[in-house]
Amino acid sequence: MALLDHHLLSVILFTPLAGALLLLLVPRAMENAHRVLGNVFGVLGFVVSLPLLARFRPDVAGYQFRENADWIPSIGAHYSLGMDGISFLLVLLTTLLGMISILSSWKAIQLRKKEYYILFLLLQTGMLGVFLSLDFFLFYVFWEVMLVPMYFLIGVWGSERRLYAAIKFFLYTLAGSVVMLLGILAVYFNAAKSGAPPTFDVPTLLAAAQQFPDGLKVWLFWGFFFAFAIKVPMFPFHTWLPDAHTEAPTAGSVILAGVLLKMGTYGFVRFSLPLLPADAALRGKIIHIVVLLSLVGIVYGALVCMMQKDMKRLIAYSSVSHLGFCTLGIFALTPHGLAGSILQQINHGISTGALFLIVGVLYERRHTRLISEFGGLSTPMPNFAAIYMIVSLSSLGMPLLNGFIGEFTILRGVFEVNKTWAAWAALGVILGAAYLLWLYQRVMFGAVTKPENEKLPDLNLREYATLLPLVVLAFWIGIYPKPFFRYLEKPVQLIVEMVNPGYYKSAEVKSPIDGPLPVAGSIPRSEKVNVEEPAK
Amino acid sequence: MPAGYFLQHIWLIPLFPLVTAAAMLIFGRRLANSVVSVLCVGSVAVAFVHAAGAVWQLLALAPEHRVVQMILFDWVPAGPMHTSGGQLTQFTADWGMLLDPLSSVMVLVVTGVGLLIHLYSVGYMGHEGGYYRFFGYLNLFMFAMLTLVLANNLLLLFVGWEGVGLCSYLLIGFYFLKKSASDAGKKAFIVNRIGDAGFLLGIFLIASTLGTIRFTSEGLGDAGAFPGILQSLGAAVNSGALAYGAPVLTAIALLLFVGACGKSAQIPLYVWLPDAMEGPTPVSALIHAATMVTAGVYMVARMNAIYQLSPLAMQVVAITGAATAIFAATMGLAQNDIKKVLAYSTISQLGYMFLALGVGAFSAGIFHLMTHAFFKALLFLGSGSVIHALSGEQDMRKMGGLWSRIPVTAKTFVVGAVAIAGIPPLAGFFSKDEILGKAFEHSRALWLVGFVTAGLTAFYMFRLVNMTFFGASRVEHSVEHHIHESPKTMTVPLMVLAALSIVGGWIGWPAALGGSNRFEKFLDPVMAPAWTYALHGQQRPILHVVVKDMTHTLGASLLEYAPMVLSVLVALAGIFIAYLFYLKEPDAPEKIAAAAPWLYRLVYNKYYVDEIYDGLFVNRAKDLGTFLGLFDEKIINGLGVDGTGWLTRFGSSVSILWDKWVVDGAVNLSAAVVRVFARIASFVQTGVVSNYALLIVLGMLALLGYYGNLLRHVVR
Repeated sequence: MALLDHHLLSVILFTPLAGALLLLLVPRAMENAHRVLGNVFGVLGFVVSLPLLARFRPDVAGYQFRENADWIPSIGAHYSLGMDGISFLLVLLTTLLGMISILSSWKAIQLRKKEYYILFLLLQTGMLGVFLSLDFFLFYVFWEVMLVPMYFLIGVWGSERRLYAAIKFFLYTLAGSVVMLLGILAVYFNAAKSGAPPTFDVPTLLAAAQQFPDGLKVWLFWGFFFAFAIKVPMFPFHTWLPDAHTEAPTAGSVILAGVLLKMGTYGFVRFSLPLLPADAALRGKIIHIVVLLSLVGIVYGALVCMMQKDMKRLIAYSSVSHLGFCTLGIFALTPHGLAGSILQQINHGISTGALFLIVGVLYERRHTRLISEFGGLSTPMPNFAAIYMIVSLSSLGMPLLNGFIGEFTILRGVFEVNKTWAAWAALGVILGAAYLLWLYQRVMFGAVTKPENEKLPDLNLREYATLLPLVVLAFWIGIYPKPFFRYLEKPVQLIVEMVNPGYYKSAEVKSPIDGPLPVAGSIPRSEKVNVEEPAK
Repeated sequence: MPAGYFLQHIWLIPLFPLVTAAAMLIFGRRLANSVVSVLCVGSVAVAFVHAAGAVWQLLALAPEHRVVQMILFDWVPAGPMHTSGGQLTQFTADWGMLLDPLSSVMVLVVTGVGLLIHLYSVGYMGHEGGYYRFFGYLNLFMFAMLTLVLANNLLLLFVGWEGVGLCSYLLIGFYFLKKSASDAGKKAFIVNRIGDAGFLLGIFLIASTLGTIRFTSEGLGDAGAFPGILQSLGAAVNSGALAYGAPVLTAIALLLFVGACGKSAQIPLYVWLPDAMEGPTPVSALIHAATMVTAGVYMVARMNAIYQLSPLAMQVVAITGAATAIFAATMGLAQNDIKKVLAYSTISQLGYMFLALGVGAFSAGIFHLMTHAFFKALLFLGSGSVIHALSGEQDMRKMGGLWSRIPVTAKTFVVGAVAIAGIPPLAGFFSKDEILGKAFEHSRALWLVGFVTAGLTAFYMFRLVNMTFFGASRVEHSVEHHIHESPKTMTVPLMVLAALSIVGGWIGWPAALGGSNRFEKFLDPVMAPAWTYALHGQQRPILHVVVKDMTHTLGASLLEYAPMVLSVLVALAGIFIAYLFYLKEPDAPEKIAAAAPWLYRLVYNKYYVDEIYDGLFVNRAKDLGTFLGLFDEKIINGLGVDGTGWLTRFGSSVSILWDKWVVDGAVNLSAAVVRVFARIASFVQTGVVSNYALLIVLGMLALLGYYGNLLRHVVR
């Protein structure tokens, strides 16, 4: 098992690619073989990521399973992989959602199956590469690689306006990534000025970037910000998302919402935060702008949801709102904000992924996504109704389901920094309940109004297989999120110590408001409680 | 860890109904109704036994040791955080249970009344579709409510808080085929969410001010592993870090109160409760009268230490409670739907409870919560029995004369009505009297509001009783011959609740009437925590203590009796007027309505509050959504993104034109010039040899001519 010991990440990364290559060799005429093999490699991609659960050590700070090989020595580009707690969660989310989406395509995709499954597996490798690369050059390659299959997934297998949506998605993202490329090159050349050998190694470059003058850092920050903000997407760069989601096939939407958007937030955490300028006033200005955009996104996205007539468009706008929470949490620069944000990224992948699967279930039956075409579906589809309800509740932040844990932790972390921000974000929580329940009511409650809805079949086995894992995860994170927090503890601490130095300094003071208890005798005190008079 | 099986297993209490709820919702459809009944009622019964056993064992302990706490697991270990004081602390919300006198009362009310209502539902819902679903939701509700009252920290309380809201949503919308039902469910959920947002912010503020969200560190094996709110607050007050009336404490108290207003249907967030009557009647009894809606009262009482330190917040609570009490009571005067009357009555009584909390009579508030649970559950279940007898009729104008037709229902209902009216020695008298007494000592104005409300309450309740059970029958003929008394599973709970409505108040028999108010004594350790007595040299923040001192020193003085006698008199007056209006002279109400039609319309339409909210908030939010949707489509996407696309295309067209006409033009022009000259030149290039020969000859002649001339000049 030397391969697993030393090249686990490579195995995870290239299993889907191997599947894609294998599929190339299968003759086009063997239609079913593509579908079966596609699923085999979907499952395999997930299975090879499972050893991570046993091998990844959450108590170790820094990157694990490092792999490093020279790639283009002349410019200092390496094939360099590594994983910390953040990428650990995102990689597992990617392999799981990849498997589920491929399974969900079983019946939905009838056209050009061979190309479809090849592209989907290629997409998997692209996304995993983004989360695993520790070399800027490699990162950029994967960032661009994943763009192409997604373009085709939307453009070939999408619905009516697929070409418009695909081109919009491609150009919009490309515009961002070109600016990011400039940013990467700027970091690369400026770091090399000090005389060190040129390298694209991410940790080295980010450490070097700490010494950059603030003026440069501001430019770099906005360069990277532009690319990531488009990807997230943050208001006002979000309008590619509703189109891409609406036109993409179900599996494409699941991956788009579940994983692709996380590449933006991941970029913020990994690359943007270290590029924040050191000067407090300058940094405060930047943070204010980003937070303002996040808050606008939260409330704006939620309000726009209210008037949508298309289920997928509605869920797409809800993503704008939910991702607003994620960016808000990141730029609170507190442990709770960051940990909550990353957890919420996972949660969003689960809940919104499941919501898109749910729309897919309806689309396969009725070939429409218009809310007005449905109504009263609880009667013909009771089990579907139950799962859809759970998924809606998870998305709107019901306690004991995943969304609540993320939202709560983010809001607490934000509250620590600025109470007004938290209050505005709380407004998004209220609106979230409103649009999701209203959608549910219009689709599921009441009497069946359309005759074609009267005999809709309930969930089949394959649909259960795609939805139930997500439901189980939603409950797990809602009831026992401790393991997830454990994976995030170390990386979050590293980041916060970098961007918010001194946060962990006052560790010896335990009780927030110190002072002797009046009935000290009756309440045993632990030694952790400091009994000094408060500074005040 | 305290001895005793039940005390060690309080965590099982919420678990029993959870297990059956899960079973119902997963495979309940395949079970027979009888199996569903046995499982679901059985699990609540077992929970009740465990609750009663635990309280019994708690009572065996000395009063100062009556706190049992256990932590099952770390629930949200979110990691390090800074308090507002800038210190680092670990944020943890554990899954832990706390049983103290306050949660004892709640857990007994919830499981006890809950059990009776479950039993009643077996009869009431027997003919309905979705029987398993109904009981699944009802059991899920029990789980959430028990988690709420047993939680040892604010976040777990919030789990129960949201959970009961969800079950309320699901049960209000139980008849989901009806649009009004699903609308009402949605409204309840969203209005509650508004309150919840405030509650959540309150939790944040507590966490950052005090560094903990656990109620207390008492009652743990390892007490003080980290301090609870009570201990941190005590320390802060003692050290002077937080003063009596500190703004941050007021802010916390008010934010939490926003949550309480949502859940307990107080002004301005009460609007969801009347609509919630769309749900099946047992749901109205359990959730929208006896238990869930009292969660806000419980929460404020639980956080009483903070409220006692904030006189401003206390005042807000008292005034909101009093205003809601009288406002809702007037709305109840003109309703014709039997359940709507009870709904407004519930809002009004909840107002009483908040009035009690606001004047510092926390125990009295909880006391009224308990007695109200008895008689309001009784009244709702009774109304359900009436509706059942009348094949679903809810309009009181189509009732009347039912006294002898459904005797058990009628008699128990009148017991409930007398109890809520506050006639001694029924339960309502004791709790209401205690509230009014404390209000009287606190503020004459608040007392007056409560006093008038007491009269209104007696009036609208007996209006309901008279319209339903007495006078001539106005029942429709098609329904008339179906009238029947309800089955035993429904009438037995009615009788038990009637008994509780009579004797339930005796536990709080006041000292002034020769009792010893055991109830208040039992709750004292929670409501006046030990540290509050230890505050020396500072203003004593404990209104409650002040009030108590007064009653103790004055004893049974006029001050004690006057409000008591007055409130009984006003209740009797209300009953009498109801008798006059609805039995003696049935035309009187219409005459009065005709005399002031605008007033009648105003009250009948519930002061148009729903319409005002729709106009001010709901529709404006929808408009804003529509506007922003268009803005997104037209401006951000249309102008911004597609505009950029269009500009790019336009730019490319321009450059195509430029290329075509200017760049290529220049190239083509030079080519054209060459071509023109070439064309001219090509005239001579014909390829015909004789032409060339001619040209050569002509050329030579020309040359000769030229040079000939030249030669001539030279020669000359």
